[in-house]
Amino acid sequence: MAIPLIYNVRSVRARWTSTIVAVLGIAGTVGVFVAMLSLARGFKATLVASGSRDNALIMRAGSPSEMMGGITLDSIKVIADKPGIARDANGPLVTQDVVGVFPFPLISTGTDANVQVRGVSPNVLEIRKFAKIVEGRMFNSGVSELIVGKNATHTYQGLTLDNKVNFSGGKWTVVGIFDAGGSAFDSEVWCDSHVLAEILKRPNNIFQSATVHLTSPDAFQTLKDAITSDPTLNVDVIREVDYYAKQSRTMTTMITVLGGLVAGIMAIGAVFGALNTMYSAVSERGREIATMRAVGFTGSAVVFSFLVEALLIALVGGLLGCFAVLPLNGLTTSTMNFQTFSNLAFAFKITPELLAKGVFFALVMGIVGGLLPAIRAAAQPVASALRSL
Amino acid sequence: MKFSRVILANLFRKKVRLLLTIGSFAVALFLFAFLAVVKDAFGRGADVAGADRLVIINRTSIINPIPLSYRDKILRIPGVKVITHNNWFGGVYQDEKNFFPQFVIDPENQRQVFPELIVPDDQWAAFVKDRQGAIVGKRTAERFHWKIGDRIPIKSTITGNDAWEFNIDGIYHGKRPQDDETQFWFQWDYFEERVPERFKGNIGWYVLRVDNPDESPRIAKAIDNEFANSPYETKTETESAFAAGWVKQFGNIQFLILTIGAVVFFTLLLVTGNTMAISVRERTAELAVFKAIGYSDRTVLFFVLAESLVIALIGGVLGLLLAMGVVPFMSKALSGMLPNLILSPVLLVMGLLTALAVGIISGLLPGIGAMRMRVVNALRRV
Repeated sequence: MAIPLIYNVRSVRARWTSTIVAVLGIAGTVGVFVAMLSLARGFKATLVASGSRDNALIMRAGSPSEMMGGITLDSIKVIADKPGIARDANGPLVTQDVVGVFPFPLISTGTDANVQVRGVSPNVLEIRKFAKIVEGRMFNSGVSELIVGKNATHTYQGLTLDNKVNFSGGKWTVVGIFDAGGSAFDSEVWCDSHVLAEILKRPNNIFQSATVHLTSPDAFQTLKDAITSDPTLNVDVIREVDYYAKQSRTMTTMITVLGGLVAGIMAIGAVFGALNTMYSAVSERGREIATMRAVGFTGSAVVFSFLVEALLIALVGGLLGCFAVLPLNGLTTSTMNFQTFSNLAFAFKITPELLAKGVFFALVMGIVGGLLPAIRAAAQPVASALRSL
Repeated sequence: MKFSRVILANLFRKKVRLLLTIGSFAVALFLFAFLAVVKDAFGRGADVAGADRLVIINRTSIINPIPLSYRDKILRIPGVKVITHNNWFGGVYQDEKNFFPQFVIDPENQRQVFPELIVPDDQWAAFVKDRQGAIVGKRTAERFHWKIGDRIPIKSTITGNDAWEFNIDGIYHGKRPQDDETQFWFQWDYFEERVPERFKGNIGWYVLRVDNPDESPRIAKAIDNEFANSPYETKTETESAFAAGWVKQFGNIQFLILTIGAVVFFTLLLVTGNTMAISVRERTAELAVFKAIGYSDRTVLFFVLAESLVIALIGGVLGLLLAMGVVPFMSKALSGMLPNLILSPVLLVMGLLTALAVGIISGLLPGIGAMRMRVVNALRRV
């Protein structure tokens, strides 16, 4: 017969100081674990959300990123006629981008950070359909007007609606704010590619990349085959989502490795704490346990009961840890994207799955910390334990 | 130490608990050292910067070039001692994962500007003569098991997908542990020969040394004025200001690590503090006996404190030793992602002092309780 659960609840309450400490130990560990994973997840989500499955990015063969790209207008014209590319009344849906990186002061520190400025075709909103103008209007082609991503406008000084800014020797007016759905584009500033190329003194027939809108996600292979079989073209075609997922890899790996390591080591510490708490629980309750055995509870019932108690402590700790980091969800922070040398804003992303992982982690700590003391509790000889003070 | 036997006996009363508590301390100190080292690596830059070095970049954008022809004009500005120029190559060795910075350098002046990066003279002489020669930092050479004489293909991202071949002619090492030993240098002449027309004659950034660091602001201003209103305006900063700006772009990572560190420490402090408290509580009657037979309140406090200090010391030393063993491995494993991880003596001392502080605090609370209790009540308690 099992020992009633109420016994565990009561004994946990009776030793509330050490219980609280054990709970906090596990809560801290779970909190750090969930926070680090959510950071990695948020970074990845931002970059992955930046791509769309029905867009394809075209760069010069071998370029690891757009920054290093270089694709001629002639190639883009050839590509635009390939099958698989969606069209509207004005022709194929292609944006050819010129990408620059310019220093703007951060609002938070006042020091300069690199902002990615992207020259795009005026019909870009037809291609990157997830981007919407939320304030002001689209830029007019041929003039130096900017539209600013919603994160960029909050992160850098001067990038607010109707404000005038100078960079790269040009005077620009911010005419609109766009929302690109929490993607990396939200940290960017967009303008007309021809105007940007002119101001950067770049040749007007070379672009860093071209992005095309596909007739459907499945049309990607058709387009890719058509481009790779054309010997005049020396370009790579990659699905936009895949391009951004690849960009997130270094950073995500680093955060996951560091975070996993810290949480792992911390878990050892927390298990030590849990072991200590449970061992003292066992030694303080030597007589109680012996009494239970004497009145007929089996050794396995005692083991089970102590495990339940450890799990109870771990569960409360796990939930507390999850609860404590929940406010981080959606909090925006920014860091450098190594692939583009520009600043990227992203948010902590705490998903139910992560929380479940956190609680599971807590329960594992509970089992590891509770099992040995539980076995010791059951193994104590009844007679001598009853006799001891 | 006439009480050492009492303290020792108390320590070993519960061996499992002793081990666990020491273990908790070791884990806490290990994490302390680890996080401090990583935080330090993210903030690196300002402390490697030469006090007498200035960096000149294109004012418009760091990725825009500056003409090589500016060099002679800069050298004419009084106070400029020596100048070198670099380009970012951004090539790929085998796979994009294998990232390391590749710089196109000016063999004539690189060593004078960066005297802390040491290349043996014979290796340097071979490099200067070899058009396809390369000098590589020790850390990168170890990472890919390169030896002098190896021929290394690196895929250029500037000229398309073609592989550029380099001969490893030399391996440099830093004078100080924090120096960056991951760079790969090759000759400007080789670079200019192979790149498309629009790259020729354009360098990425200049680094120069001045005669007197106090003059740096004036010289920086003179350089920027010289090229104001030219098609390529410049931005000249001290190397440390440049590095600090770079570090700030990483955003709140340092703050994040500090927060995590605080949470970790607080948690472990609680856990160990609690264990001490339990072990004192269990011995209330014993301590009361000590007091009853005439030991002073202070001596009793001393017993408790000494015990927790010994545990903290052993645990702390163990954790730091572990960190000393592990950090070099971590540094290798994270090569290409993070700068060299260095566990400095200052950090070790700080860690040890923190451990002792935690030991004192966690011993003090139950210790004071033990000191204040009334013998009669304590003896009566079961």
